Amino acid sequence: MLRQALQHRSAKPALWLLCVLPFVWLVWGAANDALGANPAEYLIRATGDWTLRLLCITLAATPLRVLLGLPELAKLRRMFGLFTYFYVVLHLLCYSWLDMGFEWGDIAEDIAKRPFILVGFTAFVLLTPLAVTSFNRAIRWLGAKRWQWLHRLVYMVAVLAVLHFFWMRAGKSNFSEVFVYASVFFALLAWRFLRSSLWHWLLRSGGFTR
Amino acid sequence: MRFNQFSKSSDSGFVHPLSSEITPQIAYAQRRDWLKQMAAGAAGLSMAAWASRESLAQAPSEAVVRPGKLAQLTGAVSRVSGANTMEKITTFADASSYNNFYEFGTDKSDPAKYAHTLQTKPWTVEVEGLVKKPGRFDLDALLKLSPMEERIYRLRCVEGWSMVIPWVGYSLAELIKRVEPLGSAKYVEFITQADPKTMPGVRSRVLDWPYVEGLRMDEAMHPLTLLSFGMYGEVLPNQNGAPVRLVVPWKYGFKSAKSLVKIRFVEKQPINSWGRSAPQEYGFYSNVNPNVSHPRWSQATERRIGEDGLFAKKRKTLMFNGYEAQVGQLYTGMDLTKLY
Repeated sequence: MLRQALQHRSAKPALWLLCVLPFVWLVWGAANDALGANPAEYLIRATGDWTLRLLCITLAATPLRVLLGLPELAKLRRMFGLFTYFYVVLHLLCYSWLDMGFEWGDIAEDIAKRPFILVGFTAFVLLTPLAVTSFNRAIRWLGAKRWQWLHRLVYMVAVLAVLHFFWMRAGKSNFSEVFVYASVFFALLAWRFLRSSLWHWLLRSGGFTR
Repeated sequence: MRFNQFSKSSDSGFVHPLSSEITPQIAYAQRRDWLKQMAAGAAGLSMAAWASRESLAQAPSEAVVRPGKLAQLTGAVSRVSGANTMEKITTFADASSYNNFYEFGTDKSDPAKYAHTLQTKPWTVEVEGLVKKPGRFDLDALLKLSPMEERIYRLRCVEGWSMVIPWVGYSLAELIKRVEPLGSAKYVEFITQADPKTMPGVRSRVLDWPYVEGLRMDEAMHPLTLLSFGMYGEVLPNQNGAPVRLVVPWKYGFKSAKSLVKIRFVEKQPINSWGRSAPQEYGFYSNVNPNVSHPRWSQATERRIGEDGLFAKKRKTLMFNGYEAQVGQLYTGMDLTKLY
Protein backbone atom coordinates (compact mmCIF):
# COMPACT_ATOMS: atom_id res chain seq x y z
CA MET A 1 0.00 0.00 0.00
CA LEU A 2 2.83 2.33 0.91
CA ARG A 3 4.40 1.43 -2.39
CA GLN A 4 1.22 2.23 -4.27
CA ALA A 5 0.99 5.58 -2.55
CA LEU A 6 4.56 6.39 -3.53
CA GLN A 7 3.88 5.35 -7.11
CA HIS A 8 0.93 7.69 -7.39
CA ARG A 9 1.71 10.63 -9.59
CA SER A 10 0.68 13.11 -6.90
CA ALA A 11 3.06 11.55 -4.36
CA LYS A 12 5.95 13.83 -5.20
CA PRO A 13 3.94 17.09 -5.30
CA ALA A 14 2.28 16.11 -2.01
CA LEU A 15 5.63 15.50 -0.33
CA TRP A 16 6.92 18.73 -1.82
CA LEU A 17 4.05 20.56 -0.19
CA LEU A 18 4.72 18.86 3.14
CA CYS A 19 8.34 19.95 3.00
CA VAL A 20 7.43 23.53 2.23
CA LEU A 21 4.78 23.67 4.96
CA PRO A 22 7.14 24.56 7.84
CA PHE A 23 8.43 27.48 5.79
CA VAL A 24 4.89 28.69 5.09
CA TRP A 25 4.05 28.44 8.79
CA LEU A 26 7.17 30.39 9.80
CA VAL A 27 6.46 33.18 7.31
CA TRP A 28 2.82 33.33 8.42
CA GLY A 29 3.81 33.23 12.10
CA ALA A 30 6.37 36.00 11.69
CA ALA A 31 3.88 38.20 9.83
CA ASN A 32 1.13 37.60 12.39
CA ASP A 33 3.25 37.78 15.53
CA ALA A 34 2.45 34.16 16.38
CA LEU A 35 5.98 33.00 17.20
CA GLY A 36 6.03 33.90 20.88
CA ALA A 37 7.87 36.58 22.80
CA ASN A 38 11.13 36.20 20.88
CA PRO A 39 10.29 35.59 17.20
CA ALA A 40 13.89 36.04 16.05
CA GLU A 41 15.09 33.23 18.29
CA TYR A 42 12.11 31.11 17.26
CA LEU A 43 12.94 31.52 13.56
CA ILE A 44 16.64 30.78 14.00
CA ARG A 45 15.93 27.65 16.04
CA ALA A 46 13.03 26.41 13.91
CA THR A 47 14.98 26.66 10.65
CA GLY A 48 17.84 24.77 12.35
CA ASP A 49 15.44 22.10 13.60
CA TRP A 50 13.94 21.65 10.13
CA THR A 51 17.38 21.36 8.59
CA LEU A 52 18.17 18.51 10.98
CA ARG A 53 14.83 16.81 10.35
CA LEU A 54 15.16 16.96 6.58
CA LEU A 55 18.73 15.75 6.79
CA CYS A 56 17.42 12.72 8.73
CA ILE A 57 14.77 12.10 6.08
CA THR A 58 17.30 12.47 3.26
CA LEU A 59 19.70 10.03 4.89
CA ALA A 60 16.85 7.62 5.63
CA ALA A 61 15.78 7.42 1.98
CA THR A 62 18.33 4.81 0.94
CA PRO A 63 18.08 2.50 3.98
CA LEU A 64 14.28 2.56 3.76
CA ARG A 65 14.42 1.92 0.03
CA VAL A 66 16.54 -1.20 0.56
CA LEU A 67 14.96 -2.48 3.76
CA LEU A 68 11.35 -1.97 2.73
CA GLY A 69 11.87 -2.62 -0.96
CA LEU A 70 10.66 0.79 -2.10
CA PRO A 71 12.66 1.78 -5.21
CA GLU A 72 10.39 4.82 -5.57
CA LEU A 73 12.25 6.48 -2.72
CA ALA A 74 15.33 6.87 -4.90
CA LYS A 75 13.47 9.42 -6.98
CA LEU A 76 12.51 11.45 -3.91
CA ARG A 77 15.91 11.60 -2.28
CA ARG A 78 17.10 14.60 -4.29
CA MET A 79 14.03 16.62 -3.32
CA PHE A 80 14.63 15.94 0.38
CA GLY A 81 18.29 16.83 -0.02
CA LEU A 82 17.46 20.12 -1.68
CA PHE A 83 14.94 20.96 1.00
CA THR A 84 17.65 20.30 3.60
CA TYR A 85 19.75 22.87 1.79
CA PHE A 86 16.79 25.25 1.54
CA TYR A 87 16.32 25.19 5.32
CA VAL A 88 20.01 25.52 6.10
CA VAL A 89 20.17 28.58 3.85
CA LEU A 90 17.18 30.02 5.73
CA HIS A 91 18.90 29.14 9.02
CA LEU A 92 22.06 30.97 8.00
CA LEU A 93 20.02 33.89 6.67
CA CYS A 94 18.05 34.19 9.93
CA TYR A 95 21.24 34.09 11.96
CA SER A 96 23.02 36.67 9.76
CA TRP A 97 20.04 38.96 9.60
CA LEU A 98 18.05 38.64 12.81
CA ASP A 99 20.92 37.88 15.15
CA MET A 100 23.83 39.70 13.54
CA GLY A 101 22.03 42.45 11.60
CA PHE A 102 24.14 41.65 8.49
CA GLU A 103 27.25 43.00 10.21
CA TRP A 104 29.68 41.03 8.06
CA GLY A 105 32.67 41.87 10.22
CA ASP A 106 30.88 40.60 13.32
CA ILE A 107 29.70 37.48 11.49
CA ALA A 108 33.23 36.67 10.30
CA GLU A 109 34.53 37.22 13.82
CA ASP A 110 31.75 35.06 15.25
CA ILE A 111 32.55 32.20 12.88
CA ALA A 112 36.26 32.37 13.65
CA LYS A 113 35.87 32.76 17.40
CA ARG A 114 33.12 30.32 18.29
CA PRO A 115 33.56 26.63 17.56
CA PHE A 116 29.83 26.00 17.54
CA ILE A 117 29.25 28.60 14.83
CA LEU A 118 32.33 27.43 12.91
CA VAL A 119 31.10 23.83 12.91
CA GLY A 120 27.64 24.86 11.72
CA PHE A 121 29.09 27.08 9.03
CA THR A 122 31.42 24.30 7.86
CA ALA A 123 28.45 21.97 7.53
CA PHE A 124 26.72 24.58 5.39
CA VAL A 125 29.81 25.03 3.21
CA LEU A 126 30.17 21.27 2.71
CA LEU A 127 26.54 20.95 1.76
CA THR A 128 26.80 23.65 -0.90
CA PRO A 129 28.63 21.63 -3.62
CA LEU A 130 26.09 18.86 -3.08
CA ALA A 131 23.18 21.18 -3.75
CA VAL A 132 25.00 22.71 -6.73
CA THR A 133 25.65 19.30 -8.33
CA SER A 134 22.23 17.84 -7.63
CA PHE A 135 20.88 17.97 -11.19
CA ASN A 136 21.22 15.13 -13.69
CA ARG A 137 23.68 16.87 -15.97
CA ALA A 138 26.09 17.40 -13.10
CA ILE A 139 26.17 13.66 -12.57
CA ARG A 140 27.10 13.19 -16.22
CA TRP A 141 29.76 15.89 -16.09
CA LEU A 142 31.36 14.49 -12.97
CA GLY A 143 30.85 10.86 -13.79
CA ALA A 144 28.76 8.70 -11.51
CA LYS A 145 31.71 7.50 -9.45
CA ARG A 146 33.12 10.93 -8.70
CA TRP A 147 29.64 12.32 -8.09
CA GLN A 148 28.95 9.59 -5.56
CA TRP A 149 32.22 10.27 -3.76
CA LEU A 150 31.44 13.97 -3.60
CA HIS A 151 27.99 13.31 -2.23
CA ARG A 152 29.36 11.17 0.56
CA LEU A 153 30.25 14.52 2.13
CA VAL A 154 26.71 14.41 3.49
CA TYR A 155 27.88 11.92 6.15
CA MET A 156 30.37 14.48 7.38
CA VAL A 157 27.63 17.13 7.28
CA ALA A 158 25.43 14.95 9.52
CA VAL A 159 28.21 14.59 12.09
CA LEU A 160 28.96 18.32 12.04
CA ALA A 161 25.27 19.22 12.26
CA VAL A 162 24.80 17.15 15.41
CA LEU A 163 28.01 18.55 16.89
CA HIS A 164 26.75 22.07 16.17
CA PHE A 165 23.43 21.29 17.86
CA PHE A 166 25.16 19.60 20.80
CA TRP A 167 27.44 22.57 21.36
CA MET A 168 24.57 24.98 21.11
CA ARG A 169 22.69 23.10 23.81
CA ALA A 170 25.78 22.41 25.93
CA GLY A 171 25.62 25.81 27.62
CA LYS A 172 22.39 24.83 29.30
CA SER A 173 23.10 21.07 29.46
CA ASN A 174 19.90 20.39 27.58
CA PHE A 175 20.70 17.31 25.55
CA SER A 176 17.55 15.22 25.17
CA GLU A 177 16.79 16.36 21.61
CA VAL A 178 20.45 16.20 20.66
CA PHE A 179 20.48 12.52 21.60
CA VAL A 180 17.44 11.84 19.44
CA TYR A 181 19.10 13.29 16.33
CA ALA A 182 22.45 11.71 17.20
CA SER A 183 20.84 8.26 17.51
CA VAL A 184 18.97 8.59 14.23
CA PHE A 185 22.11 9.69 12.39
CA PHE A 186 24.14 6.98 14.08
CA ALA A 187 21.68 4.28 13.01
CA LEU A 188 21.54 5.57 9.45
CA LEU A 189 25.32 5.82 9.14
CA ALA A 190 25.93 2.49 10.89
CA TRP A 191 23.60 0.75 8.44
CA ARG A 192 25.68 2.12 5.57
CA PHE A 193 28.94 1.15 7.21
CA LEU A 194 27.78 -2.42 7.79
CA ARG A 195 26.98 -2.73 4.08
CA SER A 196 30.17 -1.06 2.94
CA SER A 197 33.03 -2.81 1.22
CA LEU A 198 35.31 -1.67 4.05
CA TRP A 199 33.30 -3.62 6.59
CA HIS A 200 33.14 -6.70 4.36
CA TRP A 201 36.85 -6.53 3.77
CA LEU A 202 37.42 -6.35 7.52
CA LEU A 203 35.16 -9.36 8.04
CA ARG A 204 36.88 -11.35 5.33
CA SER A 205 40.35 -10.59 6.57
CA GLY A 206 39.18 -11.56 10.03
CA GLY A 207 40.51 -8.36 11.51
CA PHE A 208 37.99 -8.50 14.30
CA THR A 209 37.91 -12.17 15.13
CA ARG A 210 41.52 -13.10 15.38
CA MET B 1 27.57 48.12 66.54
CA ARG B 2 27.92 44.93 64.63
CA PHE B 3 26.18 46.36 61.61
CA ASN B 4 28.11 49.49 61.10
CA GLN B 5 29.68 48.00 58.03
CA PHE B 6 26.29 47.59 56.45
CA SER B 7 24.24 50.40 57.89
CA LYS B 8 25.20 52.75 55.08
CA SER B 9 23.42 50.66 52.54
CA SER B 10 19.98 50.95 54.01
CA ASP B 11 19.39 54.29 52.38
CA SER B 12 21.93 56.03 50.27
CA GLY B 13 25.38 55.00 51.38
CA PHE B 14 26.14 52.91 48.35
CA VAL B 15 24.66 55.28 45.86
CA HIS B 16 27.31 57.32 44.15
CA PRO B 17 26.12 58.44 40.74
CA LEU B 18 28.86 59.66 38.44
CA SER B 19 28.79 63.44 38.40
CA SER B 20 28.46 63.30 34.61
CA GLU B 21 25.28 61.33 34.96
CA ILE B 22 23.51 63.74 37.26
CA THR B 23 21.04 65.71 35.21
CA PRO B 24 21.39 69.50 35.73
CA GLN B 25 18.38 70.77 37.59
CA ILE B 26 17.34 73.15 34.83
CA ALA B 27 17.34 70.42 32.20
CA TYR B 28 15.47 68.20 34.59
CA ALA B 29 12.80 70.78 35.31
CA GLN B 30 12.39 71.59 31.64
CA ARG B 31 12.04 67.95 30.80
CA ARG B 32 9.31 67.61 33.37
CA ASP B 33 7.44 70.63 32.10
CA TRP B 34 7.64 69.23 28.63
CA LEU B 35 6.30 65.93 29.82
CA LYS B 36 3.46 67.61 31.66
CA GLN B 37 2.56 69.62 28.58
CA MET B 38 2.61 66.49 26.49
CA ALA B 39 0.48 64.80 29.07
CA ALA B 40 -2.02 67.60 29.17
CA GLY B 41 -2.30 67.52 25.43
CA ALA B 42 -3.28 64.86 23.01
CA ALA B 43 -1.20 62.17 24.65
CA GLY B 44 -3.70 62.09 27.47
CA LEU B 45 -3.83 59.88 30.46
CA SER B 46 -1.19 57.32 29.71
CA MET B 47 1.44 59.95 29.16
CA ALA B 48 0.47 61.69 32.39
CA ALA B 49 0.95 58.44 34.20
CA TRP B 50 4.31 58.01 32.61
CA ALA B 51 5.36 61.51 33.56
CA SER B 52 4.29 61.09 37.15
CA ARG B 53 6.44 58.00 37.45
CA GLU B 54 9.47 60.16 37.80
CA SER B 55 8.13 61.93 40.84
CA LEU B 56 8.50 60.26 44.18
CA ALA B 57 4.87 59.55 44.71
CA GLN B 58 3.81 57.32 47.56
CA ALA B 59 1.45 55.39 45.34
CA PRO B 60 2.39 52.80 42.74
CA SER B 61 2.99 54.29 39.35
CA GLU B 62 0.09 54.31 36.98
CA ALA B 63 2.33 53.27 34.10
CA VAL B 64 2.06 49.72 35.35
CA VAL B 65 -1.04 48.06 34.01
CA ARG B 66 -2.39 45.38 36.32
CA PRO B 67 -3.12 42.25 34.32
CA GLY B 68 -5.96 41.39 36.69
CA LYS B 69 -5.08 37.73 36.95
CA LEU B 70 -3.72 37.33 40.45
CA ALA B 71 -4.09 38.91 43.88
CA GLN B 72 -3.17 42.56 44.05
CA LEU B 73 0.18 43.48 45.55
CA THR B 74 1.29 47.04 45.12
CA GLY B 75 4.15 49.09 46.43
CA ALA B 76 5.06 52.74 46.60
CA VAL B 77 7.43 53.98 43.92
CA SER B 78 10.90 53.21 45.23
CA ARG B 79 13.30 55.94 46.28
CA VAL B 80 16.32 53.76 45.67
CA SER B 81 18.60 55.23 43.02
CA GLY B 82 18.26 53.43 39.69
CA ALA B 83 15.11 51.60 40.74
CA ASN B 84 12.75 53.33 38.32
CA THR B 85 13.88 53.08 34.74
CA MET B 86 11.81 55.16 32.36
CA GLU B 87 12.10 52.58 29.60
CA LYS B 88 9.03 51.01 28.10
CA ILE B 89 7.72 48.21 30.25
CA THR B 90 7.56 44.74 28.71
CA THR B 91 4.02 43.41 28.43
CA PHE B 92 2.85 41.11 31.21
CA ALA B 93 1.98 38.54 28.54
CA ASP B 94 5.61 38.34 27.37
CA ALA B 95 7.10 38.52 30.88
CA SER B 96 4.88 35.66 32.09
CA SER B 97 5.15 33.39 29.03
CA TYR B 98 8.83 33.52 28.09
CA ASN B 99 10.67 32.18 31.12
CA ASN B 100 13.69 30.18 32.08
CA PHE B 101 12.65 28.09 35.08
CA TYR B 102 14.18 24.68 34.47
CA GLU B 103 12.31 23.11 37.38
CA PHE B 104 9.34 23.18 35.00
CA GLY B 105 11.15 22.23 31.80
CA THR B 106 13.85 23.59 29.56
CA ASP B 107 11.64 25.21 26.94
CA LYS B 108 10.81 28.89 27.51
CA SER B 109 7.11 28.10 27.25
CA ASP B 110 7.27 25.21 29.75
CA PRO B 111 7.08 27.24 32.99
CA ALA B 112 3.86 28.98 31.93
CA LYS B 113 2.40 25.59 30.95
CA TYR B 114 3.42 23.55 33.97
CA ALA B 115 4.05 25.87 36.92
CA HIS B 116 0.39 25.85 38.00
CA THR B 117 1.23 22.78 40.08
CA LEU B 118 3.63 24.73 42.30
CA GLN B 119 2.34 24.88 45.89
CA THR B 120 2.99 28.35 47.27
CA LYS B 121 0.86 28.00 50.41
CA PRO B 122 2.06 27.40 53.01
CA TRP B 123 5.53 28.72 52.29
CA THR B 124 8.43 29.29 54.62
CA VAL B 125 11.89 30.64 54.06
CA GLU B 126 14.53 29.38 56.39
CA VAL B 127 17.36 31.69 57.33
CA GLU B 128 20.40 29.87 58.66
CA GLY B 129 24.17 29.87 58.90
CA LEU B 130 26.33 32.62 60.25
CA VAL B 131 23.63 34.84 61.72
CA LYS B 132 22.75 35.88 65.23
CA LYS B 133 19.04 35.35 64.70
CA PRO B 134 18.37 32.40 62.43
CA GLY B 135 14.80 31.30 61.95
CA ARG B 136 11.93 30.31 59.75
CA PHE B 137 9.89 33.07 58.20
CA ASP B 138 6.52 32.23 56.85
CA LEU B 139 5.40 34.14 53.82
CA ASP B 140 3.04 36.43 55.72
CA ALA B 141 5.85 37.44 58.06
CA LEU B 142 8.07 38.22 55.09
CA LEU B 143 5.34 40.22 53.37
CA LYS B 144 5.00 42.38 56.49
CA LEU B 145 8.68 42.70 57.22
CA SER B 146 9.17 45.95 55.31
CA PRO B 147 7.00 48.27 53.18
CA MET B 148 6.51 47.12 49.60
CA GLU B 149 8.13 49.15 46.88
CA GLU B 150 7.63 49.16 43.16
CA ARG B 151 10.86 48.88 41.21
CA ILE B 152 11.11 48.99 37.47
CA TYR B 153 14.26 47.12 36.49
CA ARG B 154 15.87 46.02 33.29
CA LEU B 155 16.35 42.26 33.20
CA ARG B 156 19.15 40.96 31.00
CA CYS B 157 19.29 37.22 30.34
CA VAL B 158 22.65 35.57 29.70
CA GLU B 159 21.10 34.29 26.46
CA GLY B 160 21.06 37.77 24.94
CA TRP B 161 17.54 39.06 25.45
CA SER B 162 16.14 41.58 27.89
CA MET B 163 12.92 42.87 29.39
CA VAL B 164 11.78 45.76 31.60
CA ILE B 165 9.76 44.50 34.55
CA PRO B 166 7.93 46.32 37.35
CA TRP B 167 8.68 44.25 40.45
CA VAL B 168 7.12 44.59 43.89
CA GLY B 169 9.21 43.93 46.97
CA TYR B 170 11.84 45.48 49.21
CA SER B 171 15.60 45.49 49.50
CA LEU B 172 16.96 42.15 50.63
CA ALA B 173 19.07 44.23 53.03
CA GLU B 174 15.94 44.74 55.15
CA LEU B 175 15.75 41.03 55.86
CA ILE B 176 19.50 40.68 56.28
CA LYS B 177 19.59 43.41 58.92
CA ARG B 178 16.83 41.67 60.85
CA VAL B 179 18.75 38.40 61.16
CA GLU B 180 22.04 40.07 62.12
CA PRO B 181 24.82 38.32 60.21
CA LEU B 182 28.02 37.54 62.08
CA GLY B 183 31.27 39.19 61.04
CA SER B 184 32.38 35.89 59.55
CA ALA B 185 29.47 35.84 57.07
CA LYS B 186 31.04 36.84 53.76
CA TYR B 187 28.53 35.40 51.29
CA VAL B 188 24.84 34.66 51.08
CA GLU B 189 23.61 31.44 49.50
CA PHE B 190 20.10 31.17 48.10
CA ILE B 191 18.48 27.76 47.89
CA THR B 192 15.32 27.32 45.90
CA GLN B 193 12.39 24.93 45.88
CA ALA B 194 13.03 21.51 44.28
CA ASP B 195 9.98 19.32 44.64
CA PRO B 196 9.81 16.53 42.04
CA LYS B 197 6.10 16.07 42.76
CA THR B 198 5.10 19.58 41.72
CA MET B 199 8.05 20.52 39.52
CA PRO B 200 8.32 18.11 36.57
CA GLY B 201 11.70 19.46 35.43
CA VAL B 202 13.33 18.38 38.69
CA ARG B 203 12.99 14.78 37.53
CA SER B 204 15.36 15.54 34.66
CA ARG B 205 19.07 15.76 35.23
CA VAL B 206 19.71 19.02 33.42
CA LEU B 207 21.09 20.51 36.64
CA ASP B 208 21.85 19.39 40.17
CA TRP B 209 18.79 20.25 42.21
CA PRO B 210 17.98 22.29 44.16
CA TYR B 211 18.98 25.34 42.17
CA VAL B 212 21.45 27.36 44.19
CA GLU B 213 22.68 30.91 43.74
CA GLY B 214 24.94 33.17 45.74
CA LEU B 215 25.97 36.75 46.30
CA ARG B 216 28.85 38.41 48.08
CA MET B 217 27.66 40.12 51.26
CA ASP B 218 28.05 43.65 49.88
CA GLU B 219 26.10 42.66 46.76
CA ALA B 220 23.35 41.13 48.87
CA MET B 221 23.21 44.28 51.00
CA HIS B 222 23.09 46.64 48.03
CA PRO B 223 19.78 48.52 48.03
CA LEU B 224 19.07 47.51 44.41
CA THR B 225 19.11 43.82 45.37
CA LEU B 226 15.44 43.07 45.67
CA LEU B 227 13.48 40.45 47.52
CA SER B 228 10.46 40.33 45.26
CA PHE B 229 6.96 39.07 45.93
CA GLY B 230 5.13 40.52 42.98
CA MET B 231 5.21 42.09 39.54
CA TYR B 232 2.85 44.31 37.58
CA GLY B 233 1.00 45.19 40.80
CA GLU B 234 0.09 41.59 41.60
CA VAL B 235 1.69 38.66 43.38
CA LEU B 236 4.27 36.76 41.33
CA PRO B 237 2.90 34.28 38.83
CA ASN B 238 4.23 30.80 39.60
CA GLN B 239 6.33 30.74 36.42
CA ASN B 240 8.11 33.91 37.52
CA GLY B 241 9.27 32.46 40.83
CA ALA B 242 6.34 32.68 43.23
CA PRO B 243 5.93 33.35 46.05
CA VAL B 244 9.27 35.03 46.74
CA ARG B 245 12.36 35.46 44.60
CA LEU B 246 15.52 37.43 44.25
CA VAL B 247 16.04 40.16 41.64
CA VAL B 248 19.58 41.40 41.07
CA PRO B 249 19.24 43.79 38.13
CA TRP B 250 22.91 44.28 37.26
CA LYS B 251 23.60 40.55 36.90
CA TYR B 252 22.46 38.05 34.30
CA GLY B 253 18.98 36.78 35.01
CA PHE B 254 19.96 33.36 36.29
CA LYS B 255 21.49 34.99 39.37
CA SER B 256 17.99 36.07 40.41
CA ALA B 257 16.93 32.80 42.03
CA LYS B 258 13.22 31.97 42.04
CA SER B 259 10.92 30.40 44.65
CA LEU B 260 13.36 30.78 47.55
CA VAL B 261 13.15 28.35 50.46
CA LYS B 262 16.44 28.92 52.23
CA ILE B 263 18.87 31.78 52.73
CA ARG B 264 22.17 30.73 54.23
CA PHE B 265 24.97 32.98 55.44
CA VAL B 266 28.37 31.46 54.80
CA GLU B 267 32.04 32.25 54.94
CA LYS B 268 33.16 30.71 51.64
CA GLN B 269 31.96 31.60 48.16
CA PRO B 270 29.03 29.31 47.37
CA ILE B 271 29.04 27.23 44.20
CA ASN B 272 26.04 28.29 42.16
CA SER B 273 24.18 25.78 40.01
CA TRP B 274 25.29 27.05 36.61
CA GLY B 275 28.82 27.51 37.87
CA ARG B 276 28.83 23.87 38.92
CA SER B 277 27.32 22.75 35.63
CA ALA B 278 29.64 24.73 33.33
CA PRO B 279 32.28 26.71 35.25
CA GLN B 280 34.00 27.90 32.08
CA GLU B 281 30.77 29.49 30.87
CA TYR B 282 29.12 30.90 33.98
CA GLY B 283 31.11 32.68 36.64
CA PHE B 284 30.07 33.33 40.21
CA TYR B 285 29.68 37.06 39.66
CA SER B 286 27.96 36.98 36.26
CA ASN B 287 27.66 40.73 36.13
CA VAL B 288 26.17 41.94 32.88
CA ASN B 289 29.26 42.87 30.88
CA PRO B 290 29.22 43.63 27.15
CA ASN B 291 33.01 43.24 27.01
CA VAL B 292 33.19 39.66 28.25
CA SER B 293 31.76 37.20 25.75
CA HIS B 294 30.06 34.00 26.66
CA PRO B 295 32.14 31.20 25.06
CA ARG B 296 29.44 30.58 22.49
CA TRP B 297 28.02 34.00 21.84
CA SER B 298 28.83 37.66 22.24
CA GLN B 299 27.29 39.63 25.09
CA ALA B 300 27.77 42.99 23.38
CA THR B 301 24.17 43.30 22.25
CA GLU B 302 20.72 42.20 23.33
CA ARG B 303 17.21 41.98 21.98
CA ARG B 304 14.53 43.74 24.01
CA ILE B 305 11.57 41.40 24.03
CA GLY B 306 8.46 42.83 22.41
CA GLU B 307 10.13 46.06 21.43
CA ASP B 308 13.04 45.51 19.10
CA GLY B 309 11.33 44.41 15.90
CA LEU B 310 12.28 41.27 14.06
CA PHE B 311 14.52 43.11 11.62
CA ALA B 312 15.68 45.85 13.97
CA LYS B 313 19.31 45.85 15.01
CA LYS B 314 19.81 44.60 18.52
CA ARG B 315 20.56 47.21 21.16
CA LYS B 316 23.92 47.59 22.85
CA THR B 317 24.22 45.92 26.22
CA LEU B 318 25.24 48.31 28.98
CA MET B 319 27.94 47.67 31.57
CA PHE B 320 26.29 46.28 34.71
CA ASN B 321 23.06 46.39 32.70
CA GLY B 322 23.05 50.17 33.03
CA TYR B 323 23.45 50.16 36.83
CA GLU B 324 27.15 51.03 36.79
CA ALA B 325 26.59 54.30 38.65
CA GLN B 326 24.97 52.40 41.48
CA VAL B 327 27.04 49.22 41.68
CA GLY B 328 30.32 49.90 39.87
CA GLN B 329 32.18 50.65 43.10
CA LEU B 330 31.45 47.16 44.45
CA TYR B 331 33.96 45.85 41.93
CA THR B 332 36.74 48.43 42.05
CA GLY B 333 40.09 46.80 41.52
CA MET B 334 38.63 43.49 40.36
CA ASP B 335 39.58 42.08 36.96
CA LEU B 336 36.10 41.47 35.57
CA THR B 337 37.44 39.54 32.58
CA LYS B 338 38.75 36.92 35.03
CA LEU B 339 36.07 37.20 37.69
CA TYR B 340 33.22 37.12 35.17
